[in-house]
Amino acid sequence: MLSVKDLLCERDERVLFQNLSFSVVAGEIWQVEGSNGSGKTSLLRILCGLNDEFDGRIEWYGQDIRKARQDFNQSLFYLGHTPAINKTLTPKENLSWFCASRGLQKQAEIKGALNSFNLYGYDDMPCYQLSAGQQRRVSLARMKLSDAPLWIVDEPFTALDKQGVNELEIFFAEHAAHGGAVILTTHHRLEIGHAVKRINLDKLAGLAG
Amino acid sequence: MTIIAATVRRELLIAFRSPGDIINPLMFFIIAVTLFPLGVGADTEFLSRIASGIIWVTALLAVMLSMDSLFRADYEDGSLEQLLLSPQPLYFIILAKLGSHWLVSGLPIVILAPVLASMLALPSEAMLPLLAGLLIGTPILTMIGAVGMALTVGLSRSGLLLAVLVLPLYVPVLVFGTGTVSMALGGLGISGLLALLGAMLVMAICLAPLAILAALRISVS
Repeated sequence: MLSVKDLLCERDERVLFQNLSFSVVAGEIWQVEGSNGSGKTSLLRILCGLNDEFDGRIEWYGQDIRKARQDFNQSLFYLGHTPAINKTLTPKENLSWFCASRGLQKQAEIKGALNSFNLYGYDDMPCYQLSAGQQRRVSLARMKLSDAPLWIVDEPFTALDKQGVNELEIFFAEHAAHGGAVILTTHHRLEIGHAVKRINLDKLAGLAG
Repeated sequence: MTIIAATVRRELLIAFRSPGDIINPLMFFIIAVTLFPLGVGADTEFLSRIASGIIWVTALLAVMLSMDSLFRADYEDGSLEQLLLSPQPLYFIILAKLGSHWLVSGLPIVILAPVLASMLALPSEAMLPLLAGLLIGTPILTMIGAVGMALTVGLSRSGLLLAVLVLPLYVPVLVFGTGTVSMALGGLGISGLLALLGAMLVMAICLAPLAILAALRISVS
């Protein structure tokens, strides 16, 4: 699906990573590891096409992601550090706009998606009244609605309780088993029951030459 | 296009749930206009001559001040990144955002303008030209302001920078807008100037969303 060749990212004359090559195929889960500041978030944002400051090639089925933008966006689900939900809107309204913005006709499934993330009864409450963990769950409920094969998620386990973490791990494994792919960052040890490939950014750092 | 309807719905819901964002620029408009008679004296004849200028300049500042609510919240909660990664046509999403923002910020100003204009003793024959000018002009102001806002949304304190960027670009709209009123007062036809404003609006609708998209991409990266 996604192949990365000789990726180099530099921030303020410091090379975060270089000679990074890997390719993600359907059914794989990739975990990006590294200490704080090693460039995990930068890598994920580069892979999504949100950040253009890199050298190297990123291809989506053989096409540069910058050229195959629409095709790539259609197949990509990205979740960053920020929950991307508006706090004055209710979870239902947030998800409803998400569906529209992805071109999904799934208004009827929103309630089910919220319920499966333990948000039963909260769908008509403004998000600012929800706890941080619940807001995270609203944000994660989008994965249930998304039909994108490639998921790129940054620290998805933040603010979740133990049960939530387990459920999410199972959810990732299911997605991979159904032919999807997941790229995620976390400091937490994944116990997924599915093979996890790892990229360690600490080994790829270097000095700007 | 469901995405346009969905975006307008979302933006209007957000606006009505946080009414301060709508009311504050409007209050600014009312208060700033009211300050002029207090400052220059209640000489009706003098006021009526500068009335259209006062209304236009304050409307322009009010629109600029209302810009902050356009992308700020979306930038901070990450919705902007999601928007940029949407496979739907971004041009129309941005246009829908701008349209709904104008509905809650520009349109109330246009509606309120006649009341304030009559307070400043603007002659009644100039009222319609003022309104027509504002109706075509405020959307242009919203679009130009949005380009500036998209560029500065990533900066923590962007207020003054936005003014420096955007106000010079507001000059043509201001010149043609107030020109409409003085032409009408001089007994001349105003359709030419309104057509020019209309042409500027069409150009803004065509180009501003593209500039905004490019600016937003820079701001989030």
